[in-house]
Amino acid sequence: MSILAKMKMQPLLSVRDLAKFYGGRIGCADVGFDLYPGEVLGIVGESGSGKSTLLSCLAGHLAPDRGEVIFDTKEGLRDTVLMAEAARRRLARTDWAYVHQNPRDGLRMGVSAGGNVGERLMAVGARHYGQIRDAAVDWLGRVEIAADRVDDRPSAFSGGMQQRLQIARNLVTGPRLVFMDEPTGGLDVSVQARLLDLLRGLVREMGLSAIIVTHDLAVVRLLADRLMVMKGGYVVEQGLTDQVLDDPQHEYTQLLVSSVLQV
Amino acid sequence: MIRSTNIPSFWSPRFCRCDVITISNLSKSFTLHNQGAAVIPVMTGANLGVAPGECLGLVGASGSGKSTLMRMIWGNYLAASGSIMVGDVDVAKAAPREIITLRRGTLGYVSQFLRVVPRVPTMDVVAEPLLTLGVPAEEARARAMALLAQLNIPERLWSLSPTTFSGGEQQRVNIARGFVHPYPALLLDEPTASLDLVNREVVLTLIEAAKARGAAIIGIFHDEQARARLCDRLVDVTQFTPKVA
Amino acid sequence: MTDQTAYNFAYLDEQTKRMIRRAILKGVAIPGYQVPFASREMPMPYGWGTGGVQVTSACLVPEDRLKVIDQGADDTTNAVSIRRFFQRTAGIEVTEATADATVIQTRHRIPETPLTEGQILVYQVPIPEPLRFLEPRETETRKMHELEDYGLMHVKLYEDISRHGQIATAYDYPVKVEGRYVMDPSPIPKFDNPKLGGNAAIQLFGAGREQRIYALPPYTQAISLDFDDYPFTASKADHACDLCGAPDSYLDEVITDDQGSRMFVCSDTDFCGSRRAAGHIGPMGTPSAGG
Repeated sequence: MSILAKMKMQPLLSVRDLAKFYGGRIGCADVGFDLYPGEVLGIVGESGSGKSTLLSCLAGHLAPDRGEVIFDTKEGLRDTVLMAEAARRRLARTDWAYVHQNPRDGLRMGVSAGGNVGERLMAVGARHYGQIRDAAVDWLGRVEIAADRVDDRPSAFSGGMQQRLQIARNLVTGPRLVFMDEPTGGLDVSVQARLLDLLRGLVREMGLSAIIVTHDLAVVRLLADRLMVMKGGYVVEQGLTDQVLDDPQHEYTQLLVSSVLQV
Repeated sequence: MIRSTNIPSFWSPRFCRCDVITISNLSKSFTLHNQGAAVIPVMTGANLGVAPGECLGLVGASGSGKSTLMRMIWGNYLAASGSIMVGDVDVAKAAPREIITLRRGTLGYVSQFLRVVPRVPTMDVVAEPLLTLGVPAEEARARAMALLAQLNIPERLWSLSPTTFSGGEQQRVNIARGFVHPYPALLLDEPTASLDLVNREVVLTLIEAAKARGAAIIGIFHDEQARARLCDRLVDVTQFTPKVA
Repeated sequence: MTDQTAYNFAYLDEQTKRMIRRAILKGVAIPGYQVPFASREMPMPYGWGTGGVQVTSACLVPEDRLKVIDQGADDTTNAVSIRRFFQRTAGIEVTEATADATVIQTRHRIPETPLTEGQILVYQVPIPEPLRFLEPRETETRKMHELEDYGLMHVKLYEDISRHGQIATAYDYPVKVEGRYVMDPSPIPKFDNPKLGGNAAIQLFGAGREQRIYALPPYTQAISLDFDDYPFTASKADHACDLCGAPDSYLDEVITDDQGSRMFVCSDTDFCGSRRAAGHIGPMGTPSAGG
């Protein structure tokens, strides 16, 4: 009966009629979806399609003009739009994680790798240096960074290592929902593959839900269970990732899919 | 033969003689928005059913819609109308997450092409479906290795990514991935193509074992001997091709 | 000198003092919270105690006896000039004896002699924001205080241990006030940190350039941040004062000749002098020294 049980599962995140306007311009509008535990949702679209605006609204970095973003918190369902900022920040450092495209935006460049990973633990009250350091070393290992780099600053790391460090820093408190903004954006193709594999493994092992914004269709094909295609601030198509990519229904999606260079 | 507790009991042929896959009145068309919104009907009124332990062969000329039908059952192509029941899920109407759940535990698919994250070792590529189901990593790897050995993939290749393998090796990795978990329903798209005789025999044996444990199989086999040996029934998909007016 | 009576009492005009007193009262009401105030130009450069001087000015009444110390000493340039400044502009009495003072302005020390109720200790503060080292944005640090988002503070201590094997922060050591605000105690040695909490005197902190005032009312809890496995310790040089023999006072290390000979002496000159006057003699001290 496991299939039926899973179908009755509560969504982790429910978005209803979300809209954000920049003056008269539409940032995003009429966005609605449910994200279930363990699901990875990809959001694709060209620059200016509203995908980054949407991600910012979902992660609480931007206040939407309309709509609900209901998260299944430990105290029950809460609309994060209406939440006090203190509560939203608490979510942001416990249940949520945010991986920036540029690791410099998500890391403290003047703080050692261990300090970067340990910060979220200390923010939620960890006060035992030895345990914090052990957790940091453990997480560095999980993102394939050698333990002897724990005291090095991120500025001494390559781009791919910085991105992996950012992921470790975000996942150390065991979040349930990860927002990723072009996580493989600035990386070499070979480094991208390693990162994608790492992310897939972590999503699987930790049962993470994730929302990934990208313009790279290959990335969503390998990472995302479901896909939303955005254009001009609106979601024009959504569905199972491989179905949307292999049998696109909307005019824009067909154009997008057919525009990808084949190697 | 691998016995698994992951098969829900209602899939067992002992308890249920009804079809595992039932397709009723299925139709499909493609709308090409970027070519003057041309609508191309490719299938209409398709009906078929496959029982546990049964292997159904799809036949028909190239382009008659065998792969299209298979992809619709997999949920990869959207149905225009009709229903595709796999167990108790109607793939034609199911939400993405229901199809994902179906693919995880119930419905296996061996396509003609291997699509993997570059640089991931072959062993992990094969073990991944089990890891997704929550099988402990050690056990998943052991099962993956046993299957790779059975399919004659040299052990020195297990730790390498299959992206650099030959066509036949990639095909066998794909088969290993499709058989590592005992799915109650299996879709096989030319599983024996590009295989030598020895490995063809291994794959045929695997498929027979799947039938014997009660898997419902839909396959496309250009290899006529294989078709004759495995298939209990054949369905010619040209009967589902829309008549040109 | 020209006619000193041309100045208002204690230099600042009454409106300004009223504004500063409001900030002080707010600071006392919310211990550890940094209250913005409209810092005035003072007749001394920033970094010479303009914040402390403004707070002192707002606190002084004609009956006060003022003591000014710099690094514990009453006789250094900074201490002498600030003391003279208030002598001239307020005409108040001054003293070097901690116990006799009603208002003590200090830079980088808390006197060794325990303070008593009714005394006011005014600190000169260069950078009032304890989070500044790791977070340069004022908007963000204010938000962090508002939301008690203090993980970053421990990151600083974590970095210390990972780099030096121990918490190497020896002065300017952050404290958490009454379980709420993390506060920068000004660059006092961490040896003095235990005296911040539960002190009988009113402690006021003034940062002139940064335009902030904050306070610890009497008997306020102030706990030095630390880790369970690296607890806070109030360290000092492992030595006794060479002049007065005190084993438990904070010491300055003084190089005495070109050969590198050195001696350790109390940084609190009043404390050291009083002990010697009372007959305590260290290895290099003489009974008549001091004064």
